[in-house]
Amino acid sequence: MASGTTSLPVRTPASLPARSPFGGTMRRDRWWLQPLAVFTGLTAFGVYSTWAAFQGEFYTFGNYLSPFYSPELLGDSHHAWLGPSPAWWADSWLGWLRWSPAFMILWAPLGFRFTCYYYRGAYYKAFWGDPPSCTVGEPRKSYLGEHSFPLIMQNIHRYFLYVAVIFIGILSYDAWKGFWFEGPGGGETFGIGLGSLVLVTNVVLLGGYTFGCHSLRHLVGGGMNRLSGRPLRREAHRGVSCLNRRHMLWAWMSLVWVGFSDVYVRLCSMGVWTDWRIL
Amino acid sequence: MAESTFRVWRGDGETGGFQDYTIETTTGMVVLDAVHRIQAEQANDLAVRWNCKAGRCGSCSAEVNGMPKLMCMTRLSDLPMDEPVTIEPMKAFPLVRDLVTDVSWNYRVKENIAAFQPREPDNEDGTWEIFQEDVDRVMEFRKCIECFLCQDVCHVLRDHHLHEEFIGPRFMVHVAALEMHPLDTGDRLETLRKDQGVGYCNITKCCTKVCPETITITDNAIIPLKERVVDRAYDPLAKLLRVVRRKGTPA
Repeated sequence: MASGTTSLPVRTPASLPARSPFGGTMRRDRWWLQPLAVFTGLTAFGVYSTWAAFQGEFYTFGNYLSPFYSPELLGDSHHAWLGPSPAWWADSWLGWLRWSPAFMILWAPLGFRFTCYYYRGAYYKAFWGDPPSCTVGEPRKSYLGEHSFPLIMQNIHRYFLYVAVIFIGILSYDAWKGFWFEGPGGGETFGIGLGSLVLVTNVVLLGGYTFGCHSLRHLVGGGMNRLSGRPLRREAHRGVSCLNRRHMLWAWMSLVWVGFSDVYVRLCSMGVWTDWRIL
Repeated sequence: MAESTFRVWRGDGETGGFQDYTIETTTGMVVLDAVHRIQAEQANDLAVRWNCKAGRCGSCSAEVNGMPKLMCMTRLSDLPMDEPVTIEPMKAFPLVRDLVTDVSWNYRVKENIAAFQPREPDNEDGTWEIFQEDVDRVMEFRKCIECFLCQDVCHVLRDHHLHEEFIGPRFMVHVAALEMHPLDTGDRLETLRKDQGVGYCNITKCCTKVCPETITITDNAIIPLKERVVDRAYDPLAKLLRVVRRKGTPA
């Protein structure tokens, strides 16, 4: 069956109105507020997460592990999966830098967020001014969009999703471990600390963000034209679509909370805050 | 009764400027009512396209205080009336005169999109069997009234004038309605990627914001199309799976 298009010429109409200058608009509302808020929020998170990732200490407190450092593949805490920090690190040209287990894993959640459809739209506006806001003039005349390199690479998003789903499993395990405290006899006893609830909330919010992903929505059923007769896919698609409708909200709540979770564990570890035991 | 000032664009594609008109406004008026009053009382030659006055025909698209809107659906009570209300023509299309633009480019684009291609009928009487849940998704796209406000607000067309390379959100919705239809067998993805420029959309969601029919253009039409294009062109794993499935299918 024939597909594609015919070959009618679709030329750019002659005499289009002139482009607005950078920042030019007839809008009366405070259009700059949202891009400014996005710029401030993402910059603050970027600065804090970079600083936290380079610290390489104060990322655990007893049974709590900061989500910035999970999974701790190679590290010196009892949460480490594969062993201690690599001995060659101190002798290498990077020796001036403290080894941080975050180096090995932080690329995954950052890559997932960087290529996320919501964040893309948000930071194109806030950081590139492409456009600064709807109907507001742009700083550049040329435009490539995601049609060619480098932004065509954003199409890798689904691969970061696969990793992000694994991370949700790992963070869920961390949250579960957050309920098991060292007992008086040396064994583990069940308990609830404020930190346990912080880590559980973190997983719930990250889960709401990850499982509402546009790529996941496509993969579980959105890519098919007929979901009737496929009850599992249909329900999965409904579930993901439900979360997807508030994807922006999940994105921001999870971003703020994952940062707060690191702050909580860090300050408890430094002795600034005391973890409040509820049970 | 109150007096309000409207700053209306007057002119053609070559020259023009804003002109202020002060008229009496009453409760319940919409912007199109104000334009009609200006036309009746002060500027008989003011050009404006309109038809249904009910938000169904999509004719009276313009920019009110800098945002693309249907004039017939924009209440004065929703606007700050303490300063002049600006009314301009759409910016993504050539200006004919005053508030009227030439939107014929859109019709040429639509002619180039491969039409609905249903599969062979399911029954001997030439009918098909489809489930409501399968067509629910495309019903949203059928709400489009072709007001072209989404085309107007899209910066790819409005600011970068990439009309030859990008079909715009309106026609992404049209392609999505066809591609996702449970009966359709057409394949528009390669054309969508190469010639119709789905990659130019950078997901600013301005189209969704201005749609008077509240179609979730970006999330429900454009991003799903982008994902289908990823399946086809950019995902090596999906390509591999397709090859394996094809080999596993008996000839």
